[in-house]
Amino acid sequence: MNWLIEFFGSAEYWSGEDGIPVRLLQHLEYSFLAFAIAALIAVPLGLLIGHTGRGAIVVVVAANAARALPTLGLLVLVVLLIGVGTLWPVLIPLIALAIPPILVNTYEGIRGADPDLRDAAYGMGLRGSQVLFRALVPVALPLILLGLRLSAITVVATATVAAYVGLGGLGRYIIDGLATKNYAEVFGGAVLVVLLALAVQTGFTLLNRVIVSPGVRQVR
Amino acid sequence: MDEPLVRWDWIARNWDNGGPTSVKVLLENHIVMAFVPVVVGLLIAIPLGLACARYRWLYQPTVGIMNIVYSLPSLALFSILLSVTGLTQTTVIIPLTLFSLAVLIPAVVDGMKSVPDHVRQSAVAMGFQPYKRLMKVELPIAVPVVLAGLRVAAVSSISLVSVGALIGQGGLGYLFIDGWQRQFYTPIVVGIVLVVALALVADFVIIVAQRLLTPWARRSA
Repeated sequence: MNWLIEFFGSAEYWSGEDGIPVRLLQHLEYSFLAFAIAALIAVPLGLLIGHTGRGAIVVVVAANAARALPTLGLLVLVVLLIGVGTLWPVLIPLIALAIPPILVNTYEGIRGADPDLRDAAYGMGLRGSQVLFRALVPVALPLILLGLRLSAITVVATATVAAYVGLGGLGRYIIDGLATKNYAEVFGGAVLVVLLALAVQTGFTLLNRVIVSPGVRQVR
Repeated sequence: MDEPLVRWDWIARNWDNGGPTSVKVLLENHIVMAFVPVVVGLLIAIPLGLACARYRWLYQPTVGIMNIVYSLPSLALFSILLSVTGLTQTTVIIPLTLFSLAVLIPAVVDGMKSVPDHVRQSAVAMGFQPYKRLMKVELPIAVPVVLAGLRVAAVSSISLVSVGALIGQGGLGYLFIDGWQRQFYTPIVVGIVLVVALALVADFVIIVAQRLLTPWARRSA
């Protein structure tokens, strides 16, 4: 508790380059960039693979690799290989880790849609893309959102770890605090990261309420 | 940069050099820190999951809490616990146990839900008492779903231990820190390969266990 007061109560953490507002904005910026790029790649790909049934092996490989690959190792290796300087060396592993949850859940959502629904949509005369976007996507939306949520959470957590290889953001407090044995800073930074993760989680829960069709929600 | 990705002589020299950071020792630490959370998690998740399956009102709040737990970044939890448990393996083991629970409790509940109602009723009609029915009928049928959850929990746990290296207890994760500080690829590559290999072995062991525990599935297949 004293550490929290020491950290959040001291003025030096509220302004300047190392202040909480700056660090928080940085964290959001990296996380959002990585997440958005990953979503732009993974959602269309998942829709395509789920709808056509082609290339499902990609999904299986992605799912397994995502769980088994150690984040820290991947980050350190990629950044060493490409070298630091721009933001990209750190963004690339973040994106790579953010893609699998979205890809897998989008695929599962489309694949797992009731075949009768698919048939009915075709029977009503809808074309392939109309079947996908008007019938299958709304039904798959809860799973797609679950994938996006897991991915966003992964990114926020990994961006924290990425402070170790020189990324800014909230992870800096933890890494720098550990290096200088300033445990108030470590603790305060960790609490901030937890709060951010909870905010992301809550955001997606609310989004789910707003955009998932009430009919689909009832079935579940 | 002419540095090769892997220097084989480094591996030969450091596999078992007698020190606390020889690859063999790190591997052993890694196994302990990844394995304990999954086993403890399973031991807690089975009774809790059974309770949730039995008393429906418990389910929603439990899953809600587990969702929140699962969203917490591991490094943040390690750092917060550092003030309580210090630089010990416990600091890594406790959060990973929580993550395992977050995966395993829903798996146990889903497993119990996967028991068809007519099977349960048949068991009652045949005179199985509740405890015997659970042990002889319901749990065996739930095994595939529970083990699917266990695979996810085990593989994630193995890969997450390495983050602990940032607080000084990360098993093979130490190799990532070491490689980064010396700008030296070999330890990093060795670490990644060993972590992934460990995950594959754990996955394989669970698949074998599933075959042994559900002989009827093999017979019909």
